[in-house]
Amino acid sequence: MVDLSVTLAGVKLKNPIIPASGTFGYGREYAELYDLNVLGSFSFKGTTEEPRFGNLQPRIAEAPAGMLNAVGLQNPGIDAVIDQEVPHMATLFHGPLIANVGGFSLREYEDNCRKLNDCAPVGILEVNISCPNVHAGGQNFGSDARSAAQVTRAVRAVTDKPVFIKLSPNVGDIGAIARACEEAGANGICLINTVLAMRIDLDRRRPLLANRTGGLSGPAIFPIAVRMVWDVYEAVKIPIIGCGGVASAEDAAELMMAGAAAVEVGAANLRDPYTCKKIIEALPALCSRLGVNKISELTGGAHT
Amino acid sequence: MKESCFTLEKIRTLTEDTCELILRGDTSAITRPGQFVNLALPEKFLRRPISVCDWWEDTLVLLIRAVGEGSRCLTQSRPGTVFNVLSGLGNGFATSSAGARPVLVGGGVGAAPLYGLARRMAQVGTAPTVALGFRRAVDALYIREFEALGCRVMTATEDGSLGTRGFVTDSMAEACWDYAYVCGPTPMLRAVCDLPWLTDGQYSFEARMGCGFGACMGCSISTVHGSRRVCKDGPIFTREEIVW
Ligand SMILES: Cc1cc2nc3c(=O)[nH]c(=O)nc-3n(C[C@H](O)[C@H](O)[C@H](O)COP(=O)(O)OP(=O)(O)OC[C@H]3O[C@@H](n4cnc5c(N)ncnc54)[C@H](O)[C@@H]3O)c2cc1C
Ligand SMILES: Cc1cc2nc3c(=O)[nH]c(=O)nc-3n(C[C@H](O)[C@H](O)[C@H](O)COP(=O)(O)O)c2cc1C
Ligand code: FES
Repeated sequence: MVDLSVTLAGVKLKNPIIPASGTFGYGREYAELYDLNVLGSFSFKGTTEEPRFGNLQPRIAEAPAGMLNAVGLQNPGIDAVIDQEVPHMATLFHGPLIANVGGFSLREYEDNCRKLNDCAPVGILEVNISCPNVHAGGQNFGSDARSAAQVTRAVRAVTDKPVFIKLSPNVGDIGAIARACEEAGANGICLINTVLAMRIDLDRRRPLLANRTGGLSGPAIFPIAVRMVWDVYEAVKIPIIGCGGVASAEDAAELMMAGAAAVEVGAANLRDPYTCKKIIEALPALCSRLGVNKISELTGGAHT
Repeated sequence: MKESCFTLEKIRTLTEDTCELILRGDTSAITRPGQFVNLALPEKFLRRPISVCDWWEDTLVLLIRAVGEGSRCLTQSRPGTVFNVLSGLGNGFATSSAGARPVLVGGGVGAAPLYGLARRMAQVGTAPTVALGFRRAVDALYIREFEALGCRVMTATEDGSLGTRGFVTDSMAEACWDYAYVCGPTPMLRAVCDLPWLTDGQYSFEARMGCGFGACMGCSISTVHGSRRVCKDGPIFTREEIVW
C-alpha cells in the first residue's frame, strides 16, 4: 500500500491532489460527477471583499495546449462566501478546504483573512498576490519582494491558520520573492498563477479578450511551473504547493520532484472534469513504478 | 451532465460551410431542446459547445458551421470518428411557458436547437411557425426538415435570393405571434427582442466557454437578476431577464 498522504504546514491531506482556485468553483458542479472526498483538498474561487462581476466578455481564449482567461476574480464577496458557500462546501468535502484570498489593498487582504480565520472548514489560507494594488498605480503585489512581504506580514498577523502565498510567475527573481515571503512569516508558497498573455482576433484586428490581456494556463505552462517550483525549492524551507499545467499523475510527480509537497490542478479540470480523480487513481501505481512507498518522498527528489 | 463517447455515424453537407452530424452514444443526460453538448477535439485544449439539434434513443443530431479550426475539423470528420462529449449541458427551452401563438426564429445555424423544439411541439400539439434568416439562398438549411414536421416556414435572405429580402425580422412583419423562441447571432437576437409587438420569449445566447458546466465563470453575462453563466444558468434566457 502506497501512502499518498502529505502534510502542508501541519495540515494533513489524504493525497497531494488539489483542484486549483477558479477552475473548481465551489465544488458544486464536480460533486454531480464524483465524490469530492477523494481529493486531497480543494482551493475555492478567489474571494474579495466586495462582490465582483469581473471583466467584460469575451473572457476566454484558446491557446496551443492551453487557454487564456480574464475572468477578473468574479465572486459574490467574502460575506456571501462565508455565509453560503463555505457551509455548502463543507457538506461536499469533509477535509480541510483551501480558501483563495484576493485583495486590492493591504487592508482588504487583512480583513478577508481575519474573517476567514473563524471558518472551521478552512484549513489553509492561500493568498493570491497577483492582484493589482490600487494604492500603487495598479502594480501587482506579487511583482516584487517588498510588496509580497508586506502582504504576507499583514495577513500573518490576523490569522492562526497556515498562510500560503500564491506567487505570480510574471516576475524576474521568483526565488527572492519566495524568500521574502518566508522571512515575513509565510507557512508555505503556492506557485504558479497564470502567465500573462494575449491573443489577437485577425478579422477584427483587435485583442481577442475584452480585457486585452489574460492569464495563460494549461499544459503550455507546465515546464515553466517545473522550473519555478525548482527555483523556489532551492530558495526556501517552507512547503510548496506546485501548480501550472498539470494534467496527469506523471505531471504531478514531476512537479513534486521539482520541489512541490502537493500539487494543484487547474485548467485540465475544465477540459476533463474527472482529471483530479483520474490522477489520484493513477498515483499508487506510479509511486510503485518510481520506487516510493510514501508519495511525500518524491518532494524535491530531483535536487541533489 | 454526462461525459461519454459518441461515434460519428453519418455526416451530410447542408451548405458550403455547414454539415449535419449524426452521432451514436448515450443521450440520457439530454432532457430539453436548446441544451448543448461540449465536444473535445484531440488537437484543441478547449471543448467546442454545440447545440443539440435533435436527439432520440441513442442518436444525437448536430448542425455545425465551420467558422474556425475547431469547427472545420468537426465538419471534416469521417464516419467512425469517436468524440468525447459532455452532454446535457445548459437549461434548454421551457415549452410550458409559451403563449398561444409561438414563433420560432432562427438565424443561420441557429436553426439547429429550434428543430428539436419544433419536433417536440409538433408531437404534443401543433407544429409551430418558423422564421429563418440566412445570408443567401445557398446558405439556407433545414427548411425542408421543418416543413416535414408540418411547420409553416418563412424565410428571409440578406440578398433576397430566397424569401423576403432583408433580415429575419422583415419576414415576420405581420404581428401575429405572442411568444418567440430565438437562436442566432447576437445582433439578430437583439433585433427580435426589439420588436415592439413581440413582448415575450426565450433567447439562446453564446459565449466563449472555459468549461461549459458552470465552474470557471468564463461565460458570465449581466442579466436583470445579476450575473448569470451562459453555460449553466443559460444558454436560454427569457426576454425580461436580458440586459443588452
Ligand atoms: C451554447 C452554444 C451553442 C452553440 N451551438 C452551435 C451549433 O449548434 N452549431 C454551430 O455551428 N455552432 C454553435 N455554436 C458556436 C460554436 O461553439 C463555435 O462556432 C465554435 O466553438 C468555434 O470554434 P472554432 O475552433 O471553429 O473557432 P475559433 O474561433 O478558432 O475558436 C476559438 C475559441 O473561441 C470559441 N468560440 C469561437 N466562436 C464562438 C462562438 N460563436 N460561441 C462560443 N464560442 C466560440 C471556441 O469554442 C474556441 O474556444 C454554439 C456556441 C454556444 C456557446
Ligand atoms: C478560469 C480560471 C480562473 C482562475 N481564477 C483564479 C483565482 O480566482 N485565484 C487564483 O489564485 N488563481 C486563479 N486561477 C489560476 C489557477 O488557480 C492556476 O494557478 C493557474 O491556472 C495555473 O494552473 P493550471 O495550468 O493547472 O490551470 C484561475 C485560472 C483559471 C483557468
Ligand atoms: S464556461 Fe465555465 S462557467 Fe460557463
